[in-house]
Amino acid sequence: MKELLLIAIGSALVNNVVLSQFLGLCPFLGVSKKVETASGMGGAVIFVLTLSSAVTGAIYEFILSPLDITYLQTIVFILVIAALVQFVEMFLKKSMPPLYNALGVYLPLITTNCAVLGVALTNVQKSYSVLSGIVNGFATAVGFTIAIVILAGLREKMEYNDIPQSFKGTPIVLVTAGLMAIAFFGFSGLL
Amino acid sequence: MNKNMERLFNGLVKENPTFVLMLGMCPTLAVTTSAINGLGMGLTTTAVLILSNIMIALLRNVIPDKVRIPAFIVIIASFVTLVELLLEGFIPTLYDALGIYIPLIVVNCIILGRAEAYASKNGVIPSAFDGIGMGLGFTVGLTSIGIVRELLGAGQIFGKTIMPSFYEPITIFILAPGAFFVLAGLTAAQNKVKLNNAKKNHTKAVLNDCSGGCASCSQACNESLQKPKESE
Repeated sequence: MKELLLIAIGSALVNNVVLSQFLGLCPFLGVSKKVETASGMGGAVIFVLTLSSAVTGAIYEFILSPLDITYLQTIVFILVIAALVQFVEMFLKKSMPPLYNALGVYLPLITTNCAVLGVALTNVQKSYSVLSGIVNGFATAVGFTIAIVILAGLREKMEYNDIPQSFKGTPIVLVTAGLMAIAFFGFSGLL
Repeated sequence: MNKNMERLFNGLVKENPTFVLMLGMCPTLAVTTSAINGLGMGLTTTAVLILSNIMIALLRNVIPDKVRIPAFIVIIASFVTLVELLLEGFIPTLYDALGIYIPLIVVNCIILGRAEAYASKNGVIPSAFDGIGMGLGFTVGLTSIGIVRELLGAGQIFGKTIMPSFYEPITIFILAPGAFFVLAGLTAAQNKVKLNNAKKNHTKAVLNDCSGGCASCSQACNESLQKPKESE
């Protein structure tokens, strides 16, 4: 239990997926204009990442490992993730329309999110069990949500600021992200 | 100008993936803590890009249009696995330094982008040159960002100390936040150039607002999701 808690804190705060590992930068910069959309994206990422860590972890442990074909992991994972996202989208559309309406737009964007493949590979690299892998996936996604919602809040405030012409748009967002990354260094004392 | 040379020039200068298209930002930020890592990542990506471009150009008439994106992804993932195993065997230091970012080359927008935009429509030789040009452009981008960060953050270039001894290294530049700051400066400089050009030509500048690369990339991937659905 203590171990799982350490994994959770480690991947949500200390080694934040966007701010210290640079995974999932595209949605981080692209969908962070408003807090509302940012939290929608965060929700979708939490959902998909938890599910995909469970599926890829199980595939690795029960199919790839026993058959001794672990070198195929990259190919298998990327295909499984693409298929999974597609499947989740269809499933939500049919059976949970309210959730689909809330997350639907963001789901297709998630396959491009390298965080999903990144987490699947990290789980294997650190030889986590399936359960630890799920916890790691969930915590990483929570870390992503924290980062993107904070950034969206800051960007909403920045709308009213006087920014030099050449720093408008992406550059100022990157500077903000850099400052957030410094702030997140403060968490390294937690572990 | 010869067509192949034109492809090289196009990748290195006109459509430089890092400085102009702003594609593949994850590895750009993550591995450029030193010049040598940037160079290694750049060359690794180049190798994958050339191989996958050649393979896709060879198979372009065989792959059915509806399943082309999943097919491209499988081809790219196979070459990435190949390169990863080679690196692990022959250059273990680089393998350790790049770590998880080697398998993540699969999701690098540049490679799928070139497959879709160029290799699937052109012959083998031009596609190979396109891969070389784009790959070298990416390598130059990564190496120069690596040089800036290493110089400011450690006072070194390629591991050799070149700053005078009184220079106090700004360590933050080789840590995560430094990557954001360097990229921010880079994009701002690019915007400045665009603004100046626009002023000269009396036109309105199109500034970088979340790199266009992201949008085009996610579009490509969205297609990959929709294509299999249609074929079912």
